[in-house]
Amino acid sequence: MSSVGKYFTGIFKGIGSLLLGMSVTLKELFTKKVTQQYPENRATLVISDRFRGELVMPHDENNEHACTACGICEMNCPNGTITVKSKMIETPEGKRKKVLDEYFYDLGQCTFCNLCVISCPSHAILFSNHFENAVFTRSKLLERLNHEGSKLREKAPVKKPAPAVVPSDGGEKVKTEGEAKPQPKAEVNVPVKENKEEKEEKEQ
Amino acid sequence: MLLEISHPLELFKLTAWLDSMLRSLMPDWGALLIEFVLIGLVLLLAYAVIALALIYIERKITAFFQCRLGPNRVGKYGIIQSVADMVKILLKEIIPIDHVDKILFYLAPFFVIVSSMLTFGALPFGNGLHVVDFNIGLFYLIAVSSLSIIGVLLAGWSSNNKYSMIGAMRSGAQFISYELSAGLSLMTIAVLSGSLQLSTIVESQTYVYHWNLFRGHIPALIAFVIYLIAGHAETNRGPFDLPEAESELTAGYHTEYSGLQFGFFYLAEYLNMFIIAGIATTVFLGGWNPVQIEGWNGFNEVMNWIPSYVWFFAKTGVLIFLSLWVRWTFPRLRIDQLLNLEWKYLLPINLVNLVVMAVLVVFGLYIK
Repeated sequence: MSSVGKYFTGIFKGIGSLLLGMSVTLKELFTKKVTQQYPENRATLVISDRFRGELVMPHDENNEHACTACGICEMNCPNGTITVKSKMIETPEGKRKKVLDEYFYDLGQCTFCNLCVISCPSHAILFSNHFENAVFTRSKLLERLNHEGSKLREKAPVKKPAPAVVPSDGGEKVKTEGEAKPQPKAEVNVPVKENKEEKEEKEQ
Repeated sequence: MLLEISHPLELFKLTAWLDSMLRSLMPDWGALLIEFVLIGLVLLLAYAVIALALIYIERKITAFFQCRLGPNRVGKYGIIQSVADMVKILLKEIIPIDHVDKILFYLAPFFVIVSSMLTFGALPFGNGLHVVDFNIGLFYLIAVSSLSIIGVLLAGWSSNNKYSMIGAMRSGAQFISYELSAGLSLMTIAVLSGSLQLSTIVESQTYVYHWNLFRGHIPALIAFVIYLIAGHAETNRGPFDLPEAESELTAGYHTEYSGLQFGFFYLAEYLNMFIIAGIATTVFLGGWNPVQIEGWNGFNEVMNWIPSYVWFFAKTGVLIFLSLWVRWTFPRLRIDQLLNLEWKYLLPINLVNLVVMAVLVVFGLYIK
């Protein structure tokens, strides 16, 4: 094509592509606006379930949680956000048992990395998508996750914890417990007990 | 003419009444003095109000183009957002810059704003709302609006800042180049209408097919498009905003300005957009004339009820919307692309277009 021809076809092609671009933006002008008007739309706001807002410990209707106070989450936390305090109690059967006393979570330090939730063997903690975490003092960010008077759920969680995960902390205490009274526990907490027995066998 | 029948909301009766009342109360010079002051006040007020409205409209339309909502917190639909911004900018500190050329630095914003004010004052806003009707009106508009480039260059030169300097130089190159196209396309219409006087140009465009855009058909359409492109480039906006390309030059020539001085540049930028659209309306789209179709007397009657200044602002608004649309569609041009567009495309086309229009007029080929 001659240079003159190129010049004129260039002009018309250019105009065509400009008009095409303008038609695209004109369509965009009438599309639905995506802005979330946050404080007003709290009722209809949709936050993804996978959003990690803050760590929670789900309690069921009997005020029972699944935390065995094993402390794996505390050890896995990269920056010391979690503090698990356990206590020894005497069961009605006269058996000494380690249970969760207080589970402290410092929201101000948390990086929401999810390592605690991944590593928890009994699925006792998870991240909720509740995101309105602003408070006026830092001390309010220090939360206690287990409710007042809550206790460990006696039924084992549906998923059978893998043996490799269980042996972690407080192993010795559990072991002594198991050695002392294997029989009465077997009725209520079968999989856990089995685990303990396996562990004991290994260790022996 | 049928235009005399109904103009209930027009302001020319009011202005005529004011004039005769003042003249009956005092000698001519006193009446003129008061009128001058009043007109000056009204123009300054209109300047500020239009700028505020434009800033709000621009922000809203921009947001809609980007699937956002835009300002919506200050007042209903954010309608007084730009008033709040204005108050903020008035209260802000003017930061003194080290080693600037003090006189030029403080003078530059005034060049910009005075030039746009002078152009603004000469626009015919409506029937009887035309402050000065020079017999060289069109020429005056082009000449005065070119002054603002002095302010931009001075701002860049005196700021003691490389970004300001580069921005001002780019702006200078751009403005002087595109001034040619804008002037030539207006000249095309001057050839068609045979006058440089704005009132004559407007009054000759009574019916829709008399609008210069349609009367001069193809060459007028080309001139119109070129004028819009060139005018858009003169206002340093949209794809031609490389004098203030944020990613390269922070804010270009007004990088070092703060507070009210920055406000002046900002105001002038928005008003220049309005002025370009206003000139295009006046010259191509029948100015303040309502939409009139020959033979449709009932329709014309209804259209006449809408006052002329509303027509002017409506037509100008359409052109401003076009300018925003372009601004939010196209990516920024490089400096060489910018100059290519002007010197290799717009200017030659424009010159040929001017000759074509002259031939058209000589042989009477336009729509009579």
